[in-house]
Amino acid sequence: MIAQGTAPALKYTAQNDAAEAIHVENLHKRFGELHVLKGVSLSARDGEVIAIIGGSGSGKSTLLRCINCLENPTSGIVRVNGEEIRMKADSHGHTVPADRKQIERIRSKLGMVFQNFNLWSHMTLIENVIEVPVHVLGVKRDVAIAEAEKLLARVGLAEKRDVYPAYLSGGQQQRAAIARALAINPRVMLFDEPTSALDPELIGEVLKVIGDLAREGRTMVLVTHEMKFAREVATHVVYLYNGLVEEEGPPEQIFGAPKSERLKQFIRNIG
Amino acid sequence: MARIIELLSPTPPGWGGTLLVGLLHSVEIAAGAFGLGLVIGICGAYGKLYGGPVVRDLLAVYTTIVRAVPELVLILLLYYAGTDLINQLLTAMGYQRIDISGLVAGIAVLGFVQGAYSTEVMRGAILAIPQGQIEAARAYGMSPGLLLRRITLPAMLPFAIPGLANLWLIATKDTALLAVVGFFELTLATRQAAGVTKAYLTFFLAAGVIYLLLTLVSNLIIGRIELRARRGMPSLKEAR
Repeated sequence: MIAQGTAPALKYTAQNDAAEAIHVENLHKRFGELHVLKGVSLSARDGEVIAIIGGSGSGKSTLLRCINCLENPTSGIVRVNGEEIRMKADSHGHTVPADRKQIERIRSKLGMVFQNFNLWSHMTLIENVIEVPVHVLGVKRDVAIAEAEKLLARVGLAEKRDVYPAYLSGGQQQRAAIARALAINPRVMLFDEPTSALDPELIGEVLKVIGDLAREGRTMVLVTHEMKFAREVATHVVYLYNGLVEEEGPPEQIFGAPKSERLKQFIRNIG
Repeated sequence: MARIIELLSPTPPGWGGTLLVGLLHSVEIAAGAFGLGLVIGICGAYGKLYGGPVVRDLLAVYTTIVRAVPELVLILLLYYAGTDLINQLLTAMGYQRIDISGLVAGIAVLGFVQGAYSTEVMRGAILAIPQGQIEAARAYGMSPGLLLRRITLPAMLPFAIPGLANLWLIATKDTALLAVVGFFELTLATRQAAGVTKAYLTFFLAAGVIYLLLTLVSNLIIGRIELRARRGMPSLKEAR
C-alpha cells in the first residue's frame, strides 16, 4: 500500500496479512537540482500486483528503479523481503549502497523486465535465460537448461531457444526477457513499461504473458501506460504526479471513481 | 635465379633460416606486446570510464604522452633509461645488477605503447555497448568481475575488433623498431644477411614478402574471430 508522507495506513493494508515483499518509505530522489521523487511510500505484499501509473516525468520509472538500486535513492527506506537496503554517503556526498554483496543478493531475488528488453545480444535466448541462474545463483547448468526450456515454452518461444535476440521481434524479445526474469524464481517481478517500446500489434502477446503471471499470484510492481490492462490485473493502483502519490486505491476506485482532478484528467487524456 | 634460391635457402650457406628466426622473434614480441597492451587497455578503459578523478587524470597523462611521442623515441627512452633505472634501483637496494633480456624488454616497451592505444580502443568499444545490457546485468545481481567477464568483454568485442586488429598489425611492424636497440628480429636479421652477402634487394624484398604474409595470415585469423564475436548481430549486407 502506498501512503504519502505521514498519511495514515490505508484499509487495504489491514485486509491483507500476507508477508510484505517490498516496502518503500518516504523515498526521495534528486538528480542534481531536479527533485524527482518527493517522499513516496509503497508496499507490495505477497500475491499483490501493484500498478504505478502517471504522466511522463512523474517519477514512476525512477521509483521502480530505486527498489533494486539501479538508481540510488537520495533518502528514504527500501525493504525487500523484510531486509532493509543499507545506504551510505560516498566521497562525493552521493548516497550509495553500503554493502555491495547485500545489494547483489537482493537484486538476484527481483526479476526486472525493461522497456527496451535489454537481452544480452551475444547470447542465444536459452543462454540469456540460464545466465543468471548458472553464474549468479550457482544452479547446475543442465538443471538450469531444463528449467529454461520450460520457461521459453511457457512464453511461446520453445523453438527459438538457439536464436540470437537481434533476429526476433520486439514482442518475442520481451517475452524472452520475461522468461529470463522468471528463471531466477523471483520474489517480486518489476516491470518498467514493458510494452512502451512495442509496435501496437505486438503489445497483446506480451500483456497476455504478464496477465497470466498476475493471475497465478506472482507478486509484481508494474509501471505501465496500459490503463485497461492495469485495471484488469492490478490489485492496487498508484497514481504518481510530480514525484508524489496523488491518489491510490483498488483499480475500480482509481479508474471508476477517481477523486483527484489531476487523475480524472489523466484518465480522460490517456483513455 | 639459382643464386637467389641459394641465398634464401633455410639451411646454410643460405640465410633463410636466419630470417625465419628473426620472424619468430618478431612474432613473439608482437604477440607479447599486444597481449600486454590488451591487459593495460582493459584496465585503462575501465579506469577512464569508472575510476575516480585521480585515476582518470593519471590515465589521461599516460595515453596523451605515449600517443604524443614518436614510438622510436619511446623505445630508445624506455629501453635504455628503463633498464638503467631498474638496475640502479636494484643496486641501491643492495641486489646484483641483472641482465634484462631483449625479449622481455621489447615486450614491456612495445606493450606499454600498445596499452595507450588499446585503452582508447577499449573505451570506445565499451561505450558502444547498449547500456541497457550492462544495466540488466546489474539488475540481476552480477558482481563487477562477473559483469566484466560475462557481459562487458564479449559485448564490446565486435566494436573493439577493427581497432584491435589495427593494433596487432602495427605491433607486428613496430617490432622492426627494436632493431635499433640491437634486438634480433626480422629487420635486423635481414640487414645482417644483406650486409654479409651484399644482396640487399633480394633480402629486403624477401623480408617485405614475409611481413606481407604475416599480415595476410593475421587477417584470416582476425576474420574468424570477428565472425564469432559478431554472432548475435545480423549481417550488414541484409540491412542494405
